[in-house]
Amino acid sequence: MANTTAAAPAGAAPQEGTRRDFLFLATGAGLAVGAGAVAWPFVSSMAPDAATIAAGAPIEVDLSPISDGQIINVFWRGKLIFVRKLTGKEITDMKAVPLADLADKATFDSRVKSGHDQWLVVYGNCTHLGCVPIGHQGNYEGWACPCHGSQFDAVGRVRRGPAPINLPIPPYAFQSDTKLRIGEEGGKAAA
Amino acid sequence: MRATSLIAAALTAALIGLSPASLSPAAAEDGHGSQPPRQSWSYAGVFGRFDQAQLQRGFQVYKEVCSACHSMRLVSFRNLAEEGGPGYSAAQVKALAATYQVKDGPNDSGEMFERPGRPADRFPAPFPNDQAAAAANGGKAPPDFSVLAKARTFERGFPWFVFDALPFTGYSEQGVDYIHALLVGYEDPPKGTEVPDGTHYNQYFPGHLIAMPKPISDGQVTYPKNDKGESVVPETVDQYAKDVAAFMAWAAEPHMMARKALGLRVILFLIVLSGLLYYVKKKIWADVGGEVHGLQPELHKTY
Amino acid sequence: MSAHGNTYVPKSGIAKWFESRLPLVGLVHSSFVAFPVPRNLNYFWTFGAILIAFLGIQIITGVWLAMHYQPSATEAFDSVEHIMRDVNYGWLLRYAHANGASMFFVAVYVHIFRNLYYGSYKAPREVLYILGVVIYLLMMATAFLGYTLPWGQMSFWGATVITNILAAIPVVGDTIQSLLWGGYSVGNPTVNRFFSLHFLLPWMIAGVVVLHVWALHVTGQNNPAGIPIKSSKDAVPFTPYATVKDVFATVVFMILFAWFIFYQPNYLGHADNYIPANPAVTPAHIVPEWYFLPFYAILRAVPSKLGGVILMFSAVIILALAPWLDTSRVRSSNYRPIYRQFFWVFVGVCFLLGWLGAKPPEGGYVIAAQICTAYYFAHFLIVMPLCGLFETPTKLPGSILESVTGPGKQVSGAGMPAGAAAAPTTKG
Repeated sequence: MANTTAAAPAGAAPQEGTRRDFLFLATGAGLAVGAGAVAWPFVSSMAPDAATIAAGAPIEVDLSPISDGQIINVFWRGKLIFVRKLTGKEITDMKAVPLADLADKATFDSRVKSGHDQWLVVYGNCTHLGCVPIGHQGNYEGWACPCHGSQFDAVGRVRRGPAPINLPIPPYAFQSDTKLRIGEEGGKAAA
Repeated sequence: MRATSLIAAALTAALIGLSPASLSPAAAEDGHGSQPPRQSWSYAGVFGRFDQAQLQRGFQVYKEVCSACHSMRLVSFRNLAEEGGPGYSAAQVKALAATYQVKDGPNDSGEMFERPGRPADRFPAPFPNDQAAAAANGGKAPPDFSVLAKARTFERGFPWFVFDALPFTGYSEQGVDYIHALLVGYEDPPKGTEVPDGTHYNQYFPGHLIAMPKPISDGQVTYPKNDKGESVVPETVDQYAKDVAAFMAWAAEPHMMARKALGLRVILFLIVLSGLLYYVKKKIWADVGGEVHGLQPELHKTY
Repeated sequence: MSAHGNTYVPKSGIAKWFESRLPLVGLVHSSFVAFPVPRNLNYFWTFGAILIAFLGIQIITGVWLAMHYQPSATEAFDSVEHIMRDVNYGWLLRYAHANGASMFFVAVYVHIFRNLYYGSYKAPREVLYILGVVIYLLMMATAFLGYTLPWGQMSFWGATVITNILAAIPVVGDTIQSLLWGGYSVGNPTVNRFFSLHFLLPWMIAGVVVLHVWALHVTGQNNPAGIPIKSSKDAVPFTPYATVKDVFATVVFMILFAWFIFYQPNYLGHADNYIPANPAVTPAHIVPEWYFLPFYAILRAVPSKLGGVILMFSAVIILALAPWLDTSRVRSSNYRPIYRQFFWVFVGVCFLLGWLGAKPPEGGYVIAAQICTAYYFAHFLIVMPLCGLFETPTKLPGSILESVTGPGKQVSGAGMPAGAAAAPTTKG
């Protein structure tokens, strides 16, 4: 690296020194810009590649074989998603939970799509540190995480334990009453 | 001093000169194909760019003719819509992919099933595996097209290989030249050449006897017409060969245009930076009475 | 070399605290800042810096490629193409790594021939030089292992041919071969372990490079005049003088590198390596990468398998013996009128061997390769010892400074600061 602090030769005109400083600065800036530009491809190459992105296209789930109260696992973009068919009792119970009891306040209606009250679709990893909560366990008709004791209710809202927020909802839409498309909402693909 | 260097240079030259001319075995012509003639490609050279219309025509030739036997297993439908390629729209690619049936599975009952293709799918292969491809083609599987344009070349020999590496005279399109030449190189064997069953005489194929029969003939593929209903390019084997070779060049090197564009910027940047550094160095060395110049200044001094 | 004592004086309290516990900054300072550099070094001396740059480039691009590469016989070829097609800038990383290897060898060959021309291998730099030969050997092993990883036809058959070379070693050859293969032929275990070794060796190179620089630190640099630094006027401090020159030369060399990456990325490779490995078909012309061609020519010059292998390894080992084979006390060929001519003939013979290595082993090519091989060894075994005995060197300059300015002239400005404690960038 050019030693930009090198003093101008004694006795040289001040103008000479200025020109020299400018040259050193410009070169130093050029080297810095070059180094930065070289770093970019390395960083960029670590992002999801084109094949991974293309493989993350929306998936379709057939709901017809799922019975009341059943939870199935599906994968989209390598992430676990729970699809749960709520029973009538669970729907009634969940609607009755007062918002004040919730750490991350969310109404029943905000957890399902209107007109499809029976169907809950949530990501299947605990919002604490990513373990998979076990279904139909805990005190809230929902999930209990075996790692650190977080509990979720039947619509995936956190009710107890270290988990900070409810189980998130992936983008999805109903193609028909028995067909779900995960990864696309309102005709727009997820980013 | 200069005289002694000259002697050394002459000795070296004599040693080098000895072998290619007088020692090399009889011309390597027989047993090998003749040299494919050089074509003019839009994407050759520093400023080379793919011709989108040509890539689309080339894809059409591949789809309608070559793909009956040749796979292209590393290329996906989505690639056709990516930047620097044939320039199809995402919707066109989606529609095109859906016309293919792709094997997927296993499903929940453990069975493989067929479904319409998606842009993320690779081009489906004409044969389920290499053995099937070989069995259906007289014992030799037709080569996959994905990187074939980079996997084929021919030797130009000394000193041409030096010029091929240099700026301005540089050339790296030997692979597509060969592919083009091969497609137009089918001809009647010279008198006295025996062509065994299952082989065909080709002027440019190494050894001349190729398993692939002449794959395409004039007028076989109908290209899209322009607004006035006229042909844009002739529908001849020569043109088909150029188009499909260009398409294969893109398939083998889909980021070629990005590479060349980035290269120009990088090299210009480096030239400017080295210019700046040269003056920085000169200024710094001025403090100690200037730097030694030239590679061998001592040789020009006597003590 | 009294002029490069540890002149680093820590200024801040933290720096003093650290320096008294681990004198790391002082070490770097004395090796790369205050280190006295002969003032007459020409551009051939910048290739050490260029080589360090390429070691860095190869290690970094290699680590990044390893994030995407799959070392298995079924996946390797496709994963390389995945890098080329789908990974962001993957084509850049791969082409930089592949061409970086070639540029690394270009630079190392300039470095080696510079060393041979200026007699840098002679006392007191024998250990420095032998460490260099060790680095070269490690580079060859690393390059060979790396070339097998794309698992194309040349990868596969290169691996086959080279492992068969090792099988020629008496008694233990077959065992070495099967240990390398991990099977009964070159296959999946081979590519997997070659990947592991290809990842390991560069770190060993980096370790030996540290020793190489350490040894350089002890003996100081040779120079075109081949005479030692006698006064502070003969030398300049490494920083900024050598640093700025090295950076300049490295950036210029990067232009060549960039040309190959962006415009001739496959020129130095083989088209056959874009055909997936096929154990049933050998490519028509099986040749190694260009940087191995001279040794390949030597290997094939002898009709006996074992003989060829011995000769090929001897061609590298004999390099390490140069300090004792050369009987001349004058280092630089600039002052050796006879040897200088033999040197250039030797360079020509090396190029010729490279050219012959790419030719089929038949007819005149074999005879030419035999003549060149004989000359290659004769250069070390006959020319080096005899030239030193019979040649009359021309008069050497009185000092490095004199070699720059001519006799009796003065140069404006000073060289190294006279006092060891003075800051190196101020004028003395």
